[in-house]
Amino acid sequence: MAFHKINVSVNGEIEQVAVPSNMTLMRMLRESLALTGTKNGCSAGECGTCTVLMNGEPVNSCMVLAVECDGVEIITVEGLAYDKRLDPVQETIIEAGGVQCGFCTPGILISARALLDRNPNPSEEEIREALVGNLCRCTGYTRIIESVKKAAKMKLEMA
Amino acid sequence: MTKADLKTVPSPVGENTPRIDSREKVTGAAVYADDIQFGNALLYARIKRSPHPHALIKNIDITKARELHGVKAIVTGEDFPGFIGLYLQDRHIFCRDRVRYVGDPVAGVAAISEEIAQKALDLIDVEYEVLYPVLDPEFGISPEAPILHPDLGKYVVADFILPKPDTNVSNHFKIRKGDVGSTWEKCAAVIERKYRIPHIQHVPLEPHVAIAKVDEAGEVTLWDSSQSPFAQRSLIADALGISQSEMRVIAPSVGGGFGGKAGVSMESLAVAIATKVKGRPVKLLLTREEEFYTAFVRQGLVAYFKIGCDKNGKLLAMENTFYWDGGAYTEYGVNITRAAGYSCTGPYEVPNVKTDSYCVYSNHPVGGPMRGFGMPEMHAGLEQCIEELALQIGMDSIEFRRRNCLKEGSILATGGKMHPTGLSQCLEESAKAIGWGHKAPPSAPNKRRGKGLALMWKAPAMPPNAGSSAWIELAEDGKITLGIGCQEIGQGAFTVAAQMAAAAFGVPYESVRLAAPVDTRYSPYEWQTVASRITWSTGNAIVNAAHDARQQVLQLVSEAWEENYEDLNIVDGVVVSYKTEKEIPLKNLVVYGLPKPDGKGWMGGPIIGRGNFMPSNVTGLDPETGQGEQAVVHFTTGAQAVELEVDLDTGKIDIIKGVAAFDVGKAINPDMVKAQMEGGLVQGISSALFECLQLKDGVVQNPSFVDYRIATSTDIPDEVQSIIVEVPQEDGPWGARGIGEHSMVPTIPAIANAIYDAIGVRFEGPPFTAEKVYLAMLDAGIVK
Repeated sequence: MAFHKINVSVNGEIEQVAVPSNMTLMRMLRESLALTGTKNGCSAGECGTCTVLMNGEPVNSCMVLAVECDGVEIITVEGLAYDKRLDPVQETIIEAGGVQCGFCTPGILISARALLDRNPNPSEEEIREALVGNLCRCTGYTRIIESVKKAAKMKLEMA
Repeated sequence: MTKADLKTVPSPVGENTPRIDSREKVTGAAVYADDIQFGNALLYARIKRSPHPHALIKNIDITKARELHGVKAIVTGEDFPGFIGLYLQDRHIFCRDRVRYVGDPVAGVAAISEEIAQKALDLIDVEYEVLYPVLDPEFGISPEAPILHPDLGKYVVADFILPKPDTNVSNHFKIRKGDVGSTWEKCAAVIERKYRIPHIQHVPLEPHVAIAKVDEAGEVTLWDSSQSPFAQRSLIADALGISQSEMRVIAPSVGGGFGGKAGVSMESLAVAIATKVKGRPVKLLLTREEEFYTAFVRQGLVAYFKIGCDKNGKLLAMENTFYWDGGAYTEYGVNITRAAGYSCTGPYEVPNVKTDSYCVYSNHPVGGPMRGFGMPEMHAGLEQCIEELALQIGMDSIEFRRRNCLKEGSILATGGKMHPTGLSQCLEESAKAIGWGHKAPPSAPNKRRGKGLALMWKAPAMPPNAGSSAWIELAEDGKITLGIGCQEIGQGAFTVAAQMAAAAFGVPYESVRLAAPVDTRYSPYEWQTVASRITWSTGNAIVNAAHDARQQVLQLVSEAWEENYEDLNIVDGVVVSYKTEKEIPLKNLVVYGLPKPDGKGWMGGPIIGRGNFMPSNVTGLDPETGQGEQAVVHFTTGAQAVELEVDLDTGKIDIIKGVAAFDVGKAINPDMVKAQMEGGLVQGISSALFECLQLKDGVVQNPSFVDYRIATSTDIPDEVQSIIVEVPQEDGPWGARGIGEHSMVPTIPAIANAIYDAIGVRFEGPPFTAEKVYLAMLDAGIVK
């Protein structure tokens, strides 16, 4: 198997990683960089648990090859908090009680953050649409949607 | 401090304390089994599975696979003769002479990479003699069906499970109460219906994963995503012929269970393979496809109901026959059949009952416990019959339910009496919240609007003597470490455990730390995290442990201060005397003790409290009549109501509002109780509208998220209302009983009743997909 050396920015730090051609971004994060907050729910791009930001856009990291990430900026759930301060989407999902088993949570938070980055004041409909690719089996989504609304409000107040 | 000051220190019980695990979970720091790093020693396992629903294994050739570079071990059923199973030991770890479902494990490979392990599977040659399969439970029980377990009569079985040797019936539970036969003619209305409930899957977002390591001395360590570390220790050790003490299970965060990670399913495969590569950890991670049909599924059900009432709507008789499609192995499923049997009347008092609940082997995926444990399937038909019966005698269905639903002292199908219950209140409040009796106009001319409601009851289904234990240890800072063996599977068990420990001992919630992850070597015993029994059972053990530790602290202080024990208390982490108003923080005494009153030496020592709990009041039931004094520990009751719209152009159903009301005895954490009600409602909606494992000749046709759809953020009701009812459970901590599973029990019939209200159509079973609804409307002439 051919290995490729790539330079990739992960949560603000430049990492040099040697990756096999068939390694996905998800596996690179989880196995090469031990960033296991990004979850493996289906390996088929269908459940959203492995969602990360790639140059600011949410992607299913199980559907991206690591070699494609040379020179790319990745943000994972581990990179959401800044200087130990939780991101508003993290803070409000706790407050709203939108966390249960926690397995979908990292992907949900990334999708929520991506939504608020491109649309600081989304409607409920837009929030539901933005999360449609992130399956959750525990919460019934209500509290998650509530938390994104609250985070938007919080971000607007901070700005 | 005086006793009056106590009011100013709020008890953490009944408070919406924040989840103990939420910060870990939102930062990606929470560790799940697949996240544990094992380094280069790790081997990867893959499983060779049967492509046939039913066949004899004639030969397995592993020679070519063994030669593949990177393959470290290959195992087959020949290596592991032991049986495994929770209530009925009807399984081997790997198949030995016969395969019984598509996906049955035939051989296992450990290799240095997943790719090599997968390649090795293709090099294993298995020769089969294909046999005629059983693909329907009614066929399975017929004399024409092939016998799938010829040795059924020899299997080890729990004494309350009644298999019928030389048939495919692995459990037959009967109720014979009163005289059904002579009652029908006294009925003003009788309804007879058949329902078919499909197999579905739990679909936890985290697939099953197990990592096993066997050391040179033969000691086994298993890290896995598990609701049942102790049951796994017990069952896997037995199957391997080792002692329980030689088996250790470490169970970190669980990414959703819903019953699918209870008992033993794939974990024993990883352990079996690991026995052949001592010293090296072996990881088996199910693919999402495998998750859909090789982990437990929810059993299918074919149910017949015959129910009669008098002209005043009083229920007089029920005759129910349940054919459960138990799948290839029913080691766990046999008890679902039993639970449906003793709960067969639903939450109603019925004087004459005849019920037969059969667990039938089939060549379908293995049925196992899933949220509700038979109750969603059973109530799906029952609560539609009740609705129809009310209609037949021209009575409002709420009034009909009001008259018949269980109250304290009602006689149950098993002959015992109902304990205090808030069922009537759940009925009234949910009917009120959904606006029963008021019909709002549809939102568009091409839509029809309807409302529906259903009641439920459910007991923890478990052995009569399922136990819990807990310990409480105090550190130098006066804070508690709480040892428990129950699992945090998302339901909030750890948070509630910490609240109860804090309240029972007398420290703030923030002073409690959980000894996690659960590790059978260090954690106290817990039967399993199932049956919605944890708040109640583990809660009682925690209270007992806290009282034990309290007693040690107060005893010590009373001797050191030469005061009466009764005058002392622990409040907010401080020992106080109501008499002398002396105070001492816990941290000053819980590890190093206190000086003796005369100053000559010390007394006390490190404080550690222990407690356990095991129900002691459950009696057996007569095998012929199902009658007995105390069938189960208790029942949680409740109701759900929905308002929905049916789109006449597409058949699509839109749930506008969902209401849930459950009697939880006491909400230890009201917000998390509501979260269970909401999550369960949506899982119930998902099972009602979308979910079905499409089985064709024993093969699951839709093992992916694309083809097996679960509810997404766009499918949920616009409004959800959760109502907590609290009629205390006599033997529950602070009066609490469980809620986790109940929240999806009445959803299917509530939706079915609302669909009927909207368009006057009923179905044999869920899912009520747009396609199915549209075709039914065509048939009924509602649309053209």
